[in-house]
Amino acid sequence: MKILVAVKRVIDYNVKVRVKADNSDVDLTNVKMAMNPFCEIAVEEAVRLKEAGVASEVIVVSIGTKACQEQIRTALALGADRGIQVELDTPADALSIAKLLKAVVQQEQPGLVILGKQSIDSDNNQTGQMLAALLDQPQATFASKVNVDGDKVQVTREIDGGLQTIELDLPAIITTDLRLNEPRYASLPNIMKAKRKPLDVKTPTELGVEVRNKITLESVNAPAQRQAGIKVKSVAELVEKLKNEAKVL
Amino acid sequence: MSEYTHPLADAEFVLNELVGFDKLCAEMGHEDINSELASVILSEAGKLGSGVLAPLNKVGDLHHPTMIEKDGGPGVQQTAGFAEAYQEYMDGGWASLTGAEEFGGQNLPNVLGSAVNEIWHTSNMAFALCPLLSQGAIESISHHGSEHLQQSYLPKMLSGEWPGTMNLTEPDAGTDLAAVKTKAIPNGDHYLISGQKIFITWGDHQMTDNIVHLVLARLPDAPEGVKGISLFIVPKFNLDENGHPGERNDAFCVSLEHKLGIHGSPTCVMSFGDKGGAKGYLVGEAHKGLSYMFTMMNHARQGVGLQGLAASEASYQHALQYAKDRLQGTKKDGSRFTIMKFPDVRRMLMQMKSSTEAMRALCLVAAAEIDRGNAARSELFTPIVKGWCTELSQELTYLGTQIHGGMGFIEETGSAQFYRDARILTIYEGTTGVQALDLVGRKTLVNNGESLGALLDEIAQDLAKFDVMGGQFTLAAQQCRTALECGVAARQWLLDIAATDKDAPGSASVNFMMLFGYLCGGWLMAKSAMQAKAQLAAGEGNADFLNAKLISAQFFCEHMVVRSQACFASIQAGSDSIMSLPEDAF
Repeated sequence: MKILVAVKRVIDYNVKVRVKADNSDVDLTNVKMAMNPFCEIAVEEAVRLKEAGVASEVIVVSIGTKACQEQIRTALALGADRGIQVELDTPADALSIAKLLKAVVQQEQPGLVILGKQSIDSDNNQTGQMLAALLDQPQATFASKVNVDGDKVQVTREIDGGLQTIELDLPAIITTDLRLNEPRYASLPNIMKAKRKPLDVKTPTELGVEVRNKITLESVNAPAQRQAGIKVKSVAELVEKLKNEAKVL
Repeated sequence: MSEYTHPLADAEFVLNELVGFDKLCAEMGHEDINSELASVILSEAGKLGSGVLAPLNKVGDLHHPTMIEKDGGPGVQQTAGFAEAYQEYMDGGWASLTGAEEFGGQNLPNVLGSAVNEIWHTSNMAFALCPLLSQGAIESISHHGSEHLQQSYLPKMLSGEWPGTMNLTEPDAGTDLAAVKTKAIPNGDHYLISGQKIFITWGDHQMTDNIVHLVLARLPDAPEGVKGISLFIVPKFNLDENGHPGERNDAFCVSLEHKLGIHGSPTCVMSFGDKGGAKGYLVGEAHKGLSYMFTMMNHARQGVGLQGLAASEASYQHALQYAKDRLQGTKKDGSRFTIMKFPDVRRMLMQMKSSTEAMRALCLVAAAEIDRGNAARSELFTPIVKGWCTELSQELTYLGTQIHGGMGFIEETGSAQFYRDARILTIYEGTTGVQALDLVGRKTLVNNGESLGALLDEIAQDLAKFDVMGGQFTLAAQQCRTALECGVAARQWLLDIAATDKDAPGSASVNFMMLFGYLCGGWLMAKSAMQAKAQLAAGEGNADFLNAKLISAQFFCEHMVVRSQACFASIQAGSDSIMSLPEDAF
C-alpha cells in the first residue's frame, strides 16, 4: 500500500510573527520557514506504518514555490521515499489546494492519504475534509491513533469531550492531531540519502486543475497589546466589574 | 529554564562567505556536498541540540555521575537521562559525520564536523565531551592502527556504539608526558597494561556496551623520555572471536574527581591491571605513541577552542534573554523598561555578540585549513584558536553572569554554570601557557617566522580593501591597521630577541598569542563586513542579519581589536620585570 502525505511550508513555530507595515499580510521576508508541525506528525505516522510493514512506499507532496522543496527534503530525510512538488507561485485557496491534491491522488492511487489537521499559518482546518469530499473517500479527522487492519483502518479521533474510534474502508483520508505521535529527529545518514531520492515537479496545468483564490485578504493586524491588570478588593467588586465593565456575566 | 537556539544564519554566513564551503567541497572532490546540504545538516543537528541535549545541561550540573559496583568491579553511573540522549545521538548517526566511508562514516568535511560540534558543545558541554574524545580516539586509530584494529573497532566507534577515551595523564605526568610510567608487557598476541591514569574524561559509564580506551604506556625495553612511549587500545570488554564485547577487561574507574564545572562529565581515575593486567593492543609502531598524539592535536585543540566559542554562545543567549526580560527602571510616566536600555549592558552584550561571531569565524576558517591539507596554516591557527578562544571565553562567560546582576551569582538562574564550565577550557588539552609557547616556539621561531609572515601578508591584503570602505568603518579600519602593525612588529621583535634573551619568548608568549587572536578576529570580522556590505548592495541575503553583522564587525574592531596594542606594549617590555625578582623574594 502506498501512503501519500501532504506537507506545507509555513513560518517556523519558534519565530515571532510580525505584520507588514501596511497591514496587508504577515511579513515573511527572510523569516525562518519550516514544515507545518501537524504535517511533521503526518510524515512520522506514514514512516512508522512503512517501518511496521503496513505501507510499501511513502510519497510526500507539497504545493508552492521551489522553496517548498526544502520541506519535501526534510520529509525525505525523515524516511519518506519520494517527493512531488506542485509548482505554484500564486496564492490559492483551500479548495484549489484540495483539487490539486485530488489530481495527485488520482495519479498515485495511494491506499491512505495523511494530512495535518490544519496549518499553523492560516489555521483553516479544511483541506483534508475537502479532499475527502472531492475524492468521495471516507475521512477521519483529528486522529490520535491509527491502526491499519487489512483493507480497513481504525482511527481514534480527538473530539469535544473525549475520544471517538471509527473504522473506515480504505482508501481513506486521515488528518492528524497533536497527540498521534512524536516526530523523530532526522538522522545524518537519512539526510544524506534524501539528496538522492527522487523529487518530481508538476504544474497545475499538467494536473488539469485551474487554481483560484476566492479569498481576499483585507488586512492583518497584530493582537492588541495586553493592558496591565488591576487588583480588586473583594469578590463582590470582581462580580460587579465582570457584570458592568467586562459585560461577561 | 535555559533555551538554546543554534545561530544557523551566522554559521551559514561563515561557511559561505569566509570558508567558501562550496569551493572547498569541490576541491576535496565532494561533488554532491554543498552549502545547501550543510544547512540541512546544521538545522537538523540544531533540533537535536535544542530538543534533547540542552534540556539535560542543567540536570548534569545538579546530578553528578556516581560510583557503582558493576561487572565485578567499580564503575560509573552517568547522570539520569544521558543514556537516552546518547542513544538519540547514536541513532542519528552523528558520530559518523567525518569518518571514513569504508567504516560506515559519511566522510563529510572537518569544517562541517566542527560547525556541528559547536551545537553539541553549546547545548551541553559535559555531554559533548564524550563524542569529542571519541573523535580523537577514532582519529588515532584511523591514522595509525593496523588494518585488523581498524576493522575490529572503527565501524562500532563510527556508529557511536563504542565511544573512545584518551588516557594520557598520570599523577606525575601532566604537561610533561615524557614522565609516563604505565607499563605494557608483551604477552602473546597482546600486551598486559598496568598503571594508573587520571583526569580521564568519560572513562567509564553505562551508556554503551563497550568503551575503547586509548592508553599511553611504556614497553619494558623503551628508551627514557618522550621517545619511549607507545599507544595501546584497551577495550573495556575484550572482544570475543566474533568481535563482540566478551569478558570484562582489567580496566576500571576507581574514583571520580570533584570539579568546578562540567559536572555531567565523569572525570575518572582509571586503574589498569589491578587484577594481573589489562589486555592491550599496540597501535602503530612501538615507542611512537607521543608522535601519534601530536597528529591528532590540531583537531583536539581546535575542538577545545570551539568549546570556548560554545560556552560563550550559551552564556550570551542566556544573558540576552535575561536582559530583554529584566525590568529595572521607571520612566516619568510610570512605565517600566528593561536593562537593555542601559549603555553598559549594551556594551557587555555587544562584547559577547561580536566576540562569539569572531570566534566562530576563526574556528571554522581554521577547521577548513585541515580539510585543505594546509598543514602550516592549520598548525599555526591551532594554538591561537585554542588559546585565544578559551581565554576570551573566561571574560565572556563572566560578562554573561555580570549582566544578570545579583541573580547571576545565584545558581538557579543558570548563568553561573556556563562560567564554571568554561573554566576548564584554558587548562585541558594544553594550558594557555602551553599554547602560547607552541605559537612562539614550534610555530614561529622554528620556521623563522615564515608561516606567521604568510598569514600577516594575507591579512594585510584583506585589510587594504577594508581601509577603503570608509563610513562607519573609518575608525574600525584604522584600528585593524594598527593591530596589524603590532602583529608585524611583534613577530620581528620575537625573531630578533630570541637569540639574546632566552626568557623573552616565554615571558611574552601569552600576550603574543592574544595579540594574534584579536588580530585574526578583527581580520575575519573585517572580511565579514565587506561580504555583508556586498550582499546588501546586491540586494541578496537577509538584510536584518547583514546589517547586524556590520555593526557587530564595527564594534569588534573598535573595542576588541584595540587590545592588541596593550598586548604589544607588554610584549615589548620584555622579560625584565617578569623574571628579575629573586625566587626567595616571592
